[in-house]
Amino acid sequence: MTHARAESWWRALRVLITVLLVIFLVAPMIIVVIISFSSAQFLMFPPPGFSMQWYRKIFADPAWFDSLTTSIEIVVPTGLLAMIIGTAAALGLSRGNIPGKAVITGVLMSPIVVPVIVIAAGMFGAYRVWNLNGTLTGFILAHTVLTVPYVVSTVLASLQMVDEQYEKAALTLGASPWVAFRRIVLPLILPGVLSGLLFAMVISFDELVVSLFIGSPTFRPVTVQMWSDVLGDIDPTIAAIGTLLFLFSLLVLLAEAVMRQTGIGAGRAGLLEPAP
Amino acid sequence: MSHALLDLRNLSKAYGSVTAVDDVSVSLAAGEFLSFLGPSGSGKTTTLAMIAGLVEPTSGEILLNAKPLNPLPPYKRNIGMVFQNYALFPHMTVAKNIAFPLEMRGTAADQIEARVGRVLTLVGLQNYGPRLPSQLSGGQQQRIALARAMVFEPPLLLMDEPLGALDKKLREQMQLEIMQLHRKLGMSIIYVTHDQEEALTMSDRIAVFNNGKIEQVGTPAELYEEPATRFVANFIGETNLFPGKVSAVAEGCCIVAGGDLRLRARHRSGIRSGQDVFVAVRPERTLLSPPAHALGDENKLLGQISELIYLGKSRKYVIRSGDMQLTVLQQITTSGEAAFNIGDAVAVHWNAEDAVAVPDLARS
Repeated sequence: MTHARAESWWRALRVLITVLLVIFLVAPMIIVVIISFSSAQFLMFPPPGFSMQWYRKIFADPAWFDSLTTSIEIVVPTGLLAMIIGTAAALGLSRGNIPGKAVITGVLMSPIVVPVIVIAAGMFGAYRVWNLNGTLTGFILAHTVLTVPYVVSTVLASLQMVDEQYEKAALTLGASPWVAFRRIVLPLILPGVLSGLLFAMVISFDELVVSLFIGSPTFRPVTVQMWSDVLGDIDPTIAAIGTLLFLFSLLVLLAEAVMRQTGIGAGRAGLLEPAP
Repeated sequence: MSHALLDLRNLSKAYGSVTAVDDVSVSLAAGEFLSFLGPSGSGKTTTLAMIAGLVEPTSGEILLNAKPLNPLPPYKRNIGMVFQNYALFPHMTVAKNIAFPLEMRGTAADQIEARVGRVLTLVGLQNYGPRLPSQLSGGQQQRIALARAMVFEPPLLLMDEPLGALDKKLREQMQLEIMQLHRKLGMSIIYVTHDQEEALTMSDRIAVFNNGKIEQVGTPAELYEEPATRFVANFIGETNLFPGKVSAVAEGCCIVAGGDLRLRARHRSGIRSGQDVFVAVRPERTLLSPPAHALGDENKLLGQISELIYLGKSRKYVIRSGDMQLTVLQQITTSGEAAFNIGDAVAVHWNAEDAVAVPDLARS
């Protein structure tokens, strides 16, 4: 009896701690979302009433609209480029017979470890020489460097799950190395490749520090626009744009979860006939 | 040797300073079932991988139908291979797996379907085409792997410990099935195994690997009756080995002196007088008798029974004699107690025809 009571008491405590923790993590985001619908003219909580005025302002204000478009122009090619380069690098690292693998992995992963401000300053200096500051090409290249490590690590993890025997078997069955990759390896690592792509896009969309350095007044992604907005007069526009970013990340995460559930390319496709 | 389907000539593979395969030469006749038998790390799988083209030889030649294979990549060799863990593609159905090598060869779709159906029937899984490999048992996966490796009718089929992951009963059943397929289709097969019983059961000939070299190639009976080296005598079946020195050589027979033993044994050509040898005697070819009954002083050893193991159709005695230990296997043909017990003094003896002298490479 007492044992059961103690058990339920512990369970209640566990639930309480979990709920508090979730509130602690999620509350700031919820508050931002609520404020974005505020009818007040400045940041205040709780809002006196609700309206869509700040969303209207974003889409009416060309500065916000342009910066959103700029962000999308950067994010899509960056994601694709990082996906291709990162997948190729992961393949070489896990399957290739190349000396100095550890060193190469270290260099590829360094953008995660090196302080962003150092990378930003370095890129700014290099871009001044190459005239790439404030250009789309410059942004895509910089963000690709920053996001490749994420693709490399997700694809490497996927490749570890794929037995090398599959590739060897494909070769003995008459498939050239390229066909063996396309028909056998790629379908098996596709979930890893796609989550790498999504990670890369979210990181690029979220990136501020490097963008601040290499941006220009006429070419600025949405994070830089937010930053300069916060430095000027603060109004709930920032909350509205924050909510939009939050929504984007949420959608990406959901897409990733759905992908894992349905197991795209993971060998669970197709309706199966019952056994005789 | 002109009829050889496959010819390995002085094949070697070194990884840095480690020699995995050392000057291996062997050939395979069309329709033959040849086993590569040896302990793990003896070079048999590396040799197989070189034939398939998955490992590049350091030196030596591989000829298929008298044409050199070395310059060809694996996907142009047209050799079937069955892997230890089957390596069925997990994202493709059984039918798609088997169709894969045909697709690679540009076979027409309707033909693919017919051939996949035919080979599935051959391995007794005709209704399993739409299933995924993960929905099959180990034995079924093995059959599909076999079907996939032979559907494109390769001139040569390589099998790398294909039954290693199966339990004993299923393994024996699959051994029979593979042998039947081999006989029915006349396939040429190289079969890698570390299981000497499996090799003896299935093979036309066996190549015994040790430390990257082939110690002996021969039919199962040849290896059992005429082992060329101590390693082969020890690795194929159980054997008693007596070290000694050849004191006289006669027609097909030699006298070996080892300690206070005088042994008469058959020998292969090349044994000289004065050479250090081992005399190998199979446990089931020896006889036990009370010491007083043993006649003569050749091929006889006095000792004491230190172990007695009942095996159903036979009894195994372990006999101690000085610092030597030997095994005697006696068939049980009638019910009743064993004639000898632990602690009994006995004489072990055997016929000269059942002993064979093999050179002792370590000492000579």
